[in-house]
Amino acid sequence: MKVTTKEHAELAGDFNGDEDRVNWHDETLWWVRQKRDKVVHQLPEWEELRNAASAIKDNVLGNLHGYLQQFEAKAQANGITVHWAANAAEHNQIVHRLLNEHQVTRMVKSKSMLTEECGLNEYLHEHGIEVIDSDLGERIVQLAKEPPSHIVLPCIHKKKEEIGELFHQYLGTPLDVSDPQVLTEAARGHLREIFITRKAALTGVNFAVAETGEFVVCTNEGNADMGAHLADIHIASMGIEKLIPEKKHLGIFLRLLTRSATGQPITTYSSHFKTPRKGQAMHIILVDNGRTIQLGREDFRNSLKCIRCGACMNTCPVYRRSGGHSYHNAVAGPIGSILAPNLDMEKYKDLPFASTLCGSCSNVCPVKIDIHDQLYKWRQVLVKKGLAPTGKIVGMKIMGAALSWPAIYRIAGKVGRWTLKHAPFAVNNSFNPWYKQREMPVPPGESFGEWYKKNRTP
Amino acid sequence: MRVGLFIPCYVDQFYPKVAIATLELLEKLGVEVVYPLNQTCCGQPMANSGFQSLSKGCSDLFIKNFNEFDYIVSPSGSCVLYLREHLSETGHHHPDYLGSRVYELSSFLTDVLQVKNLTGSFPHKVGMHQSCHGQRGLHLSSMSELVAPVFSKPGKLLNMIKDIELIALSRVDECCGFGGTFCVTEEAVSVKMGKDRVADHLLQGAEYITGVDMSCLMHMEGILKRQGSKVKIIHIAEILNGDTGEGNN
Repeated sequence: MKVTTKEHAELAGDFNGDEDRVNWHDETLWWVRQKRDKVVHQLPEWEELRNAASAIKDNVLGNLHGYLQQFEAKAQANGITVHWAANAAEHNQIVHRLLNEHQVTRMVKSKSMLTEECGLNEYLHEHGIEVIDSDLGERIVQLAKEPPSHIVLPCIHKKKEEIGELFHQYLGTPLDVSDPQVLTEAARGHLREIFITRKAALTGVNFAVAETGEFVVCTNEGNADMGAHLADIHIASMGIEKLIPEKKHLGIFLRLLTRSATGQPITTYSSHFKTPRKGQAMHIILVDNGRTIQLGREDFRNSLKCIRCGACMNTCPVYRRSGGHSYHNAVAGPIGSILAPNLDMEKYKDLPFASTLCGSCSNVCPVKIDIHDQLYKWRQVLVKKGLAPTGKIVGMKIMGAALSWPAIYRIAGKVGRWTLKHAPFAVNNSFNPWYKQREMPVPPGESFGEWYKKNRTP
Repeated sequence: MRVGLFIPCYVDQFYPKVAIATLELLEKLGVEVVYPLNQTCCGQPMANSGFQSLSKGCSDLFIKNFNEFDYIVSPSGSCVLYLREHLSETGHHHPDYLGSRVYELSSFLTDVLQVKNLTGSFPHKVGMHQSCHGQRGLHLSSMSELVAPVFSKPGKLLNMIKDIELIALSRVDECCGFGGTFCVTEEAVSVKMGKDRVADHLLQGAEYITGVDMSCLMHMEGILKRQGSKVKIIHIAEILNGDTGEGNN
């Protein structure tokens, strides 16, 4: 991951330096949103599915301790070794130890946003272990030495020509070839070699079933299966919130997940892992990394219902026009903006403000997280913690005071309108971000209050 | 029925004609309307910026000005949503909670007054901008994300106006990017969103863009004017009050 100290507004400003690219990015993701709309409107019971999923996840979050213990016992009975990691560092150490025990220095990994959150690739790289991401999009950003910009579509910010250049450089495809079919074939050949030769495979977990001790991994490329089935050791990393109580609940979540994510009725592969095959070791790492803290924050706990479909990103008009990297966090977009401050308020203090609070995110969320309300609430928390810029604090205090006193408000309004009329240069200049690309409203001769006094009061 | 008229601060200062249209429209419909002179702002600008504690002065003032009225009506979905949700963080569920008596103009006309016909004429192609807080917050119209019946309270009213031609947009309810202080703190994205929203209306041949929130319209007006466009913005209250679009600038 690139280290950045810039905040969202500045990074989004940089992204908007190339308007054609912004248009392309916006339209690409809007197309995914439209696919989602089309497929959900085929299900008259869609809103009921959302309600059911939300209620099930509320139940999980309210009884997490019990479901975790149930899952652990069942998974162990199935022959899976269960590990607990309190934070990212512990998670990474556990993976490293397991690889050492099996004398493995090269691992293949299917998509896991949790490992992005934990910085696993960098950690293992520093310890001399090579990790190859096998999800095509993730492989592309890995070759480009960039973090994913989207949790479901990691390289959505890259055009096919740019991918062609990368493949030419790293995979030996001919120069200037950008045909997706050709590039995918090249990636397939390259990854097949990886799958066959790697002794360890790490996968994420979409759903873990407490009742049975099994877990489900959803991919469109079958790469999780290819990795896990060919490896001697399969490690699955999961956030502790990924549990569902019973297997039958998959009938709800699997219907919601990919319809929300990409507009498909179901993922191409929904793979159930329950027991290791003969001679294989299967490990599951249950990771907290701030989740129990979030669980304790009443206003924000239901952000843990998230099933990582990415629908809130595809619909977000801000995300579509600022790009995933502008969120400088493993999880971008609206959901990332309510999850990130839980991990580090100082570092991510800008993210809850990177929204117009339009509410589209909450409407597409398959588990009905009140995302935009939480953005509003995070703003209050961050300001109370003293994390607002000084200039903003001063400005807000002046504004709050002026608007509390009608006489001051009326004078300020009059002065403002007078200035705009008689000294427009005081307002229409480069210090005014409004004026940069927009005209100011034309000031009227009198306010409504003044008009009303003249025309309606005796 | 006594109705208190709440005019958002920026409408009071920059768009008095919208407030006048709202007042006249309600009067024409036989409502006794009073505008308390000591009103200022709902308090949302501070609260949405994370400083809800600084909007207490506005809340207190609002309660003082408006508690006596049966209904409070305002030509703004956004301010009304804020008042409904945050006027008092403690009294939400109280049956007499003041916030629940605050109505956005178009829903007051459809739901409380149950207006069945209006007399105006507006012979123009008009694009209806769905302001998010009115739409997704106050449920003034159906939302493209949900699997639910299609309806529009402002649309129903506009369709009572003679000769109006409401155009269809390619993205029916995308945000314009105003977003309160977002419009300056995230200037680049805000403007890009506004440009895209305006372009959709222009592409469909709109002569006017209307809506229930002047803030969104002010943002789009700023962009239209900078582009040198002839397309005008007009608040829904003006059309419903019988403005014909002639003589607007």
